[in-house]
Amino acid sequence: MAEIRFAGYGGQGIIKSGIIAGKAASIYDNKFSTMSQSFGPEARGGACSSQLVVSESKVLYPYVTKSDVLVAMSQEGYNKFESELSEEGILLIDEDLVKHKPPRGKIKIYSIPTTRFAEQLGRKIVSNVVMLGFFTAVTNIVSYEAMKKALPGSVPEKALDLNMKAFEKGYEYGKQKVKIK
Amino acid sequence: MKANPRDVLTGVHYIDGDVAAGYGVLAAGCKFVAGYPITPSTEAAETFARVAPKGNAMFIQMEDELASISAVIGASFAGVKSMTITSGPGYTLMMEAIGFGAMLETPFVLLNIQRGGPSTGVPTKTGQADMMQSRWGSHGDYEIIAISPDSPQELFDYTIKAFNLAEMYRCPVMIMSDECVGHMTEKVVIPPAEEIELEPRRLYNGPPGEYLPFKPDGDFIPKMVKAGAGYNLYISGHVHDERGYPVTNEEFKSVYLRRLVDKIRRNKDKIIELKEENTDDAEVIVVSYGISSRVAVRGIEKAREKGIKIGNLRLVTVWPFPDEKIIDLAKTTKAFVVPEINYGQIAFEVERCCHGRANVVLVPHSGAGVHNPDDIYDAIVFAAKEKKKIEGIVEYKTKLEKLVFEGGFKLKE
Repeated sequence: MAEIRFAGYGGQGIIKSGIIAGKAASIYDNKFSTMSQSFGPEARGGACSSQLVVSESKVLYPYVTKSDVLVAMSQEGYNKFESELSEEGILLIDEDLVKHKPPRGKIKIYSIPTTRFAEQLGRKIVSNVVMLGFFTAVTNIVSYEAMKKALPGSVPEKALDLNMKAFEKGYEYGKQKVKIK
Repeated sequence: MKANPRDVLTGVHYIDGDVAAGYGVLAAGCKFVAGYPITPSTEAAETFARVAPKGNAMFIQMEDELASISAVIGASFAGVKSMTITSGPGYTLMMEAIGFGAMLETPFVLLNIQRGGPSTGVPTKTGQADMMQSRWGSHGDYEIIAISPDSPQELFDYTIKAFNLAEMYRCPVMIMSDECVGHMTEKVVIPPAEEIELEPRRLYNGPPGEYLPFKPDGDFIPKMVKAGAGYNLYISGHVHDERGYPVTNEEFKSVYLRRLVDKIRRNKDKIIELKEENTDDAEVIVVSYGISSRVAVRGIEKAREKGIKIGNLRLVTVWPFPDEKIIDLAKTTKAFVVPEINYGQIAFEVERCCHGRANVVLVPHSGAGVHNPDDIYDAIVFAAKEKKKIEGIVEYKTKLEKLVFEGGFKLKE
């Protein structure tokens, strides 16, 4: 079982990231997943997060207690959820937006300039999908194939090509990073 | 009767509970939803409004909740399956008409995605504090059916079942879900239409001149007609005779109300659905419903690892209450632990059925969140260790509450 926390600010597609990864896991990888989102005024511009539990069997308890992966797309998100991350966990950050403390325990940190890559691809809005590609390559929780199948229908039809490119960009970058480590 | 393929979005979806409920409403053959959208049930209403034209159905946003529920009752008598969707404050406003609907033996469904109360409470977060209101919210004696789903898949499945029960027993059926389940996203498998069994409206088809709208059939339940189809149909909230005309004498009231409650009570075995696990030789049994039943699993698993013989009883149907089941289990188990997101509602029903034979430990929660599973575990350990019979209910203090009562507690932003 893997407990994943996506954190950032409203408008970055944090909830969407949880939905795409969850959909990939439970529909295309034939695992089980539950995605819950923080709901409320904080979802509009302020801090925002979604939690995803992926499991080989039916997810009974649906929330994150100790996250195995924290995906931080904002400083506030990192500050808020860093303490929730397991000592053997994986921290993924947008390196231009998040400054991290020295890691606790055996936490592994992988950083990527998702927003910058997204801007180079043409639209900042796909930074979450760059991060999803990176997440896929680094964590191996959801398969590459499943993620690629989960994108159509989850993003606007006319932006599908851009999103696929964004995903590949993050995935390739992640593969490189894993090799170096 | 099978569902109409036009109404069924067959396939594998990754959607939240509210959306799943909206799809369930359409699949159930519902043709009319009137509501006054309210957080956290809004997405269910939105979803139905979006897909309704596909099923030749209609969603109307009314001026308020009083009008919504009244329109639903009217639509049901006009012959279509109908429902409303709401949460806390809206539910309260609907109470008068819910009693009216029950009195007129109106089949309709009400989806309540519960939020933190009382009053406007915490609109965006969860609660389970409307459970007693669903049973006793309107004045007078009546019976309803209430179901508490714990996943998006169940919100789809039990929405259909709710419509079927409403038609079978001619009564309001409440789907008492909560914000956690409503806003939780999971895989939902919608089967092909031919695998969805629907209960059709039980219509009278004798000569119009002989129709009596409240003359019970063999099974206590009168047949209906479509209003405006040429039958004499008089309906009123007064106690009425078989013609529907107001009657004030004691014998009539006795006969009518007896049937109104007995049509549910005498069919409890057919209505009640429970999920039971390891209760046979359990020393402690956790009784829960809705989201709390999923949270409780963590505590149950931990207790089992520590060697406690722990059983799990999940109330899928909360009303009518499974008295007989609890009475039975109380003879063999030492204690019941009841976690619920309120300060004690269903726990008191469990205690009532125990007749002092087993201890009952309530694990309360104020709402706006779910239990810390460790609190449920601690309550299980306490219940397993306790040797003496404790009169009344034991209200377990959660870690957060202990902190508040013992001082040193600082509110976090």
